[in-house]
Amino acid sequence: MSKRLGIRKTYKLYINGKFPRTESGRYYKWTDEKKTAIMNMCRGSRKDFRNAVVAARKAFEGWSSRTAYNRGQILYRIGEMLEGHRDQFIGELILQGLTKRAAEKEITQTIDRFIYYAGWADKYQQVFSRVNPVSMPYFNFTVPEATGVVAVCAPEESSLLGFVSVLVPVIAGGNTCVILASQSRPLCSISCAEILHSSDVPAGVVNILTGLRTELLEHFSSHMDVNSMIYCGENLQEIKMVEENAALNVKRAVIYKNEAWSKKTSQGPYYILETQEMKTTWHPVGV
Amino acid sequence: MNYHPQIHPIDQVGVGERASRLFSRSIKKESKIRALKLALSMIDLTTLEGKDSLGKVRQLCYKASHLHDQFSNLPQVAAVCMYPNMVEVAKKALKSSSIKIAAVATAFPSGMATLEAKLNEVKSVVDAGVDEVDMVMSRGRFLQGDYSYVFDEVAKVKNTCGKAHLKVILETGELITLDNVRKASDLAMEAGADFIKTSTGKVKPAATPSVVLVMLEAIRDFYKRTGKIVGMKPAGGISTAKLAIQYLVMVRETLGQEWLTPDRFRFGASSLANDILMQIVKQSTGIYQSINYFSID
Repeated sequence: MSKRLGIRKTYKLYINGKFPRTESGRYYKWTDEKKTAIMNMCRGSRKDFRNAVVAARKAFEGWSSRTAYNRGQILYRIGEMLEGHRDQFIGELILQGLTKRAAEKEITQTIDRFIYYAGWADKYQQVFSRVNPVSMPYFNFTVPEATGVVAVCAPEESSLLGFVSVLVPVIAGGNTCVILASQSRPLCSISCAEILHSSDVPAGVVNILTGLRTELLEHFSSHMDVNSMIYCGENLQEIKMVEENAALNVKRAVIYKNEAWSKKTSQGPYYILETQEMKTTWHPVGV
Repeated sequence: MNYHPQIHPIDQVGVGERASRLFSRSIKKESKIRALKLALSMIDLTTLEGKDSLGKVRQLCYKASHLHDQFSNLPQVAAVCMYPNMVEVAKKALKSSSIKIAAVATAFPSGMATLEAKLNEVKSVVDAGVDEVDMVMSRGRFLQGDYSYVFDEVAKVKNTCGKAHLKVILETGELITLDNVRKASDLAMEAGADFIKTSTGKVKPAATPSVVLVMLEAIRDFYKRTGKIVGMKPAGGISTAKLAIQYLVMVRETLGQEWLTPDRFRFGASSLANDILMQIVKQSTGIYQSINYFSID
């Protein structure tokens, strides 16, 4: 009997709850260090990004107006689903150059991170809200609210734990996002799309692109309908461009330089706060 | 009069194929900017909601003449379109402007009123000074096969319009087949329509590529046969610049360059204008735009 041919997976983008190929039709080749696996990754274009922002904007109202408790439930659900795919991700992490031991540790930490933020989803508001003392007959209080559409340039080094660590605080806080996966290690990030897709995350809340950072960063940072931009990396020229472009529509620019995502200190409610805006309300006393 | 429609069978699959081929053209760079500005100049900026207020209409008229003041060299839209009771305030708001005023009449959107009531309504908007009247065809009578009634109705409305241009809304979403769309187009043009228009915007599907192509071909055949020029107005669901450009390609390929003017082709739309503006700004700055920085419509 002839040997069975393997069925290879076509890696695609994740936009608006669907898995389209890049509209540009371009790909880049990704190979693991031992050259045992060679695969094509979509080289997403600015138009893919544009479509993703449209999807994220459409999803924003629904996602941000869900109850915080429900957002927490969905984050917890993602953790559950990831647990079921533990072996798949360990295999992919090993392909990306980790030892088995390190891979097991990373997937465990990643699952825990979802659970951690699932807990915070309906608690950070109480922690960060405040009643301000004013010298007039008003209640004056400040509460955090979701910023809107967030464009994220994920960490280059850590494509599962790092990717998830920047992604989860954004959606836990009611934002929607477009996230660019690590260029050199895109595998785990794009596989995450399948997990999110089967975890009741509404279409458009998370959109994942793969591609070249040099090509897309300009559009990520300049798009007028993006309300906040998270950049992970150390390239000073890129940071300068992100900050300058962010000024166009006064985007909130968040820069994570040299973050060690595996540390306990790389999680916390303050990461949620980075993509929240504080709203202050004056309310007459006695009404 | 006794009107017998010509039988002109439509090849539904063929029309769909041709429409989708025309829609696959790619228009880029300078041509795109030209097309965008042309499309902008062809818009009938429309508000036809039960909740319309005087303020809303005033705002619409202001937008019609100040599309995006931060940007120079923009054309203005062709017309504003509204319910009859809003004409007076629009008239006042657009006093010193060349933007035309169109009103829907004849019991829009259903057309379910007596002929007398319809003619009175048309007369009242014409007396109020509108430039264009958008009437709805009696689809019920048409589907019953009472073509002579529908013909006479359009002819009488046209007569009442006087100098005002008459657009006849076929409401293609209720006509069921493309054969009927062709039949209704022929009927409306024979009865004196200056424009034929796809839809009220209240019935889905509204303007579809196939329907628009069939109507454009009817206009072309009518022009060849009689030498009379009839305009076309797709309306309902055309909200993106991309779609608008695709329709322009279709018009150009079916009726020729002479039809690419606001006198002969219009878009009935409300949110289309902002999408086109966003595209124009994107084309010249290279930066994707947000609706937040454009006036509400």
